[in-house]
Amino acid sequence: MSDIRYLAPHTLDDAIAQYAAADGAARILAGGTDLLVQMRSGVLKPSTIVDVKKVPELMAVEETADGGFRIGAAVSGAALEEHAKFGKVWPGVLEGLNLIGSTQVQGRASMGGNLCNGSPAGDSVPALVAAGVVATIKGPNGTREMKVEDVPAGPGKTNLKPGEILVSFTFPARPKGSSDAYLRMIPRTEMDIAVVGVGVSLTLDAGTCTAARVGLGAVAPTVLLVADAAKALIGSKLDDAAIEAAAAACSAACNPIDDKRGTIEYRTKVAGVLLKRATAIAAERAGRA
Amino acid sequence: MNDQSNKWIGKRTVRPDGADKVTGRAAYAADASMPGMIWGKVLRSPHPHAVIKSIDTSKAEALPGVKAVATAADFVDFPTDTPVPLGIQDMRWMSRNILAKEKVLFHGHPIAAVAAMSEEIAAEACALIEVEYDVLPFAIEIDDAIAKDAPILHDFIQFEGKPSNIAGTLEHTLGDVDAGFAEADVIVERSFTTKPVHQGYIETHACVVSVAPDDRTTIWSSSQGQFMVRAMTTFLTGIPQSKINAIPAEIGGGFGGKTIVYLEPVATILSKKSGRPVKMVMNREEVMRATGPTSGSKSTVKIGAKKDGTIVAGEGTFYLQAGCLPGSPIRGAAGCAFAPYDIKNVHSFGYDVVSNRSKVAAYRAPGAPIGAFAVESVLDEVAEKIGMDPLKLRLKNAAKEGTKAAHGPTFPRIGYVETLEAALNSDHYKTPLTGKFQGRGVASGFWFNAGGESSAQVNITEDGNVVVTTGHPDIGGSRASIANITAELLGIDYDQVSVQIGDTASVGYSNLTGGSRVLFASAMVVTESAAEVIEQLKGRAAKIWGIDPSQVVWEGGEARPMGEHSGNFPSMTLGELAAKANATGGPIGAGSQSNTVGAEGGFATHVCDVEVDVDLGIVRVLRYTCFQDVGRAIHPSYVEGQLQGGMAQGIGWAINEEYIYNKKGQVDNPGFLDYRMPVCSDLPMLDCGIIEIPNPKHPQGVRGVGEVPLVPGPAAVRNAVFDALGIRIDDLPLSPPTVLAAFDANSRQAAE
Repeated sequence: MSDIRYLAPHTLDDAIAQYAAADGAARILAGGTDLLVQMRSGVLKPSTIVDVKKVPELMAVEETADGGFRIGAAVSGAALEEHAKFGKVWPGVLEGLNLIGSTQVQGRASMGGNLCNGSPAGDSVPALVAAGVVATIKGPNGTREMKVEDVPAGPGKTNLKPGEILVSFTFPARPKGSSDAYLRMIPRTEMDIAVVGVGVSLTLDAGTCTAARVGLGAVAPTVLLVADAAKALIGSKLDDAAIEAAAAACSAACNPIDDKRGTIEYRTKVAGVLLKRATAIAAERAGRA
Repeated sequence: MNDQSNKWIGKRTVRPDGADKVTGRAAYAADASMPGMIWGKVLRSPHPHAVIKSIDTSKAEALPGVKAVATAADFVDFPTDTPVPLGIQDMRWMSRNILAKEKVLFHGHPIAAVAAMSEEIAAEACALIEVEYDVLPFAIEIDDAIAKDAPILHDFIQFEGKPSNIAGTLEHTLGDVDAGFAEADVIVERSFTTKPVHQGYIETHACVVSVAPDDRTTIWSSSQGQFMVRAMTTFLTGIPQSKINAIPAEIGGGFGGKTIVYLEPVATILSKKSGRPVKMVMNREEVMRATGPTSGSKSTVKIGAKKDGTIVAGEGTFYLQAGCLPGSPIRGAAGCAFAPYDIKNVHSFGYDVVSNRSKVAAYRAPGAPIGAFAVESVLDEVAEKIGMDPLKLRLKNAAKEGTKAAHGPTFPRIGYVETLEAALNSDHYKTPLTGKFQGRGVASGFWFNAGGESSAQVNITEDGNVVVTTGHPDIGGSRASIANITAELLGIDYDQVSVQIGDTASVGYSNLTGGSRVLFASAMVVTESAAEVIEQLKGRAAKIWGIDPSQVVWEGGEARPMGEHSGNFPSMTLGELAAKANATGGPIGAGSQSNTVGAEGGFATHVCDVEVDVDLGIVRVLRYTCFQDVGRAIHPSYVEGQLQGGMAQGIGWAINEEYIYNKKGQVDNPGFLDYRMPVCSDLPMLDCGIIEIPNPKHPQGVRGVGEVPLVPGPAAVRNAVFDALGIRIDDLPLSPPTVLAAFDANSRQAAE
């Protein structure tokens, strides 16, 4: 029987030092909603666990000087939901995050954990990609920044280097008329995993879409930024033709697998359906923003 | 007993197990613990089909902390050529299911077991057991198993003179179907498939077993029958029943799946070999790979009717998966399918098919939902073809008192007609649908129900209260219902009655909780016992008063003098008589044991409204009502609970639940994430139309209620989806990819 070392550093520097010292045999524990399940099922057997929930930078929710947000990677869904302003500016990001697991799981699950778990079906990731969020990463060799869509490398894998820890997410300031939305297809109504997930972020000026980004989950090895879908929306009044073109772009971007959760044909079609629905919600919200 | 005079029967009394369950006090099998206890684990087959050439356990035995290792060689041998039936099971198959003998027959089949100081050591030791296999080709689906060149699971099974995976057949015939079809104006024939579905109990299988050096054995386990656990453990280990005490733990759901053993005999042998109490608890993955489920099926049903709606013939062929060993519920499928209808010509045929899947276990009205799915779907189309309301078609042909059913019996007074009339007259059925892709479906169902062996003891405590001990695990409200009946019979307060489930050493033999039999059977023996207790109480009062017992009446919980002595003595309460018990002849109490008969069949009719999201293929149930003849609702809240549970499971079976196998013959969704039972938010309020046509053969009018509510569900949902989309989908589940593909194919066809 093998023992597990549990560490709970109080500073970011300690966390990085301890994580790096374990030389690849350690795992970061944020909420643990994936890690603990994987350990119990025998998929993972880390020798060391570094719990980052006592590190202030990973638990902070801040408004930045330019009017954006910086959210610690380990902030839980429940904590972010209680924030007075974040959900008003980024309702799509928040609804994606809040779809992870049950009410109990929400007290633990975080965007950082969801992203670093590397699942293409992570519910908070498509909206983060659509939001144009930048991840701050710190490791033994210093701090660097990465676009969220560049963090996952494939199922269960990230582009973080050995010893690097995801610290926080920086959300850009929002012009007036901006909002976002996240929708996922699940066979049930809750307690399920996305068969397809779509995040749409857009800005409307007098009814014209002046900016848009689309994140598409569970249809490829990683969550995709669908530039062609955004291109179809930008400059349009979100008329049927533009939305059909964006939906077609989402379907075209799909590179899914046939598995127990859905067929290739099904996922490809649903990606377009969800794009239309998520765009409508985001536009309705933007009209009020 | 008329309703107005009932004080407790029909009342929603507080459930005696409720507070314990919601506060965590209730003791389930996995809560049991003993000094010196060690942990048992099972090594499972990595192959779906292979000959076991050798098993070497020496490395596992040498691992520090390992106290015992067991294989099939440690258990009683049951040669394949000699049947050893126990109820609907056969020990030849049960022994090979708990630990593989000559062959492994499914991925996850137990091969060997280890008991060690911790679960981790036991798991490590399992990995050290070396098994040499001769890997064989496998068959998972029915069509693969019955194909000409199919891999044969068991050489000793022959069908039509050749080795086969068809392990048995069953046939019901009534009249002459060919002559019947010749009279028909409309004939509809369709073929269907359903997937295996798991019972989905939340509590996984668990037990603690302690065997003393002289073989005296105590078993704490979660099961639907402590006597079943005792009997099977005796068969499989050779320890006589008199030496085994099987103690029923509180049970976290069974739905039929806990009517057989998986762990108890294994833990018994491990305990015997190690000299330590042994605990075994399955994880969810083990439950999904190696227990239950109920059968998947393929069937073809043909029904002929006249223009006026008279059904003239019905023919059905039902292939059911047995899993890896014989014994699928073909009787439920072939026997129940046509039972709601008075059809003069019926031919119903069932095939029991083995394949490389886990052995099926009972699940709520085993087989009946499969038969009903096919028949009720075809009836829906017959109704459409002749332009008749589907409920009225059923009403026109409904079985009633005197109807001869194809599976044998002539029905006594039954309440099927009343379920149809209630559905027709319901607010639900009369309320029009409003949305474009909304639809309404109906379906009916029948289940045999069962009586059988039951024992009870009713004891008056020294302080004037009542303890009733019965022998059936309570999985659906039997304790509260028996307390209602006992309080009613004795004329005392509900709170004075405590109902216990006895262990096998303290109550007489009681058959397992299954067949919707428990309240029917145990109420009968409790009624007999209570009547005897009342006689004793009257005798004690007579003795105190010095009058003849015939001059004493028991009323309102008191003994009162009557006739010439009326008013001569103050009445005596149960408490007063109990206080004087020792002076009047000793303890007061009575027991009764019986093989009960007269459990007549149960009928239900379901009405289901759905809305289909045609872009995503999602079927959502908007409104759902079960109309069921329950005989007498002794405890209406529990009856509703049974009906609602059955409806929820039927909807799950219809829409999302299925076993998915990968190409290697392994279950690909062995957990509740990808095996999708409905969650609360998937379901609307599930409405209950309780109809009470008392069973004339029961003292309180009880009919079994627990299984029928699952039977109509899959067909009701499927017929509603047809009404919504105009597409008849004959393969379950109606999951989003299936529904979307059907809708899109239909749209393309319409466009061409």
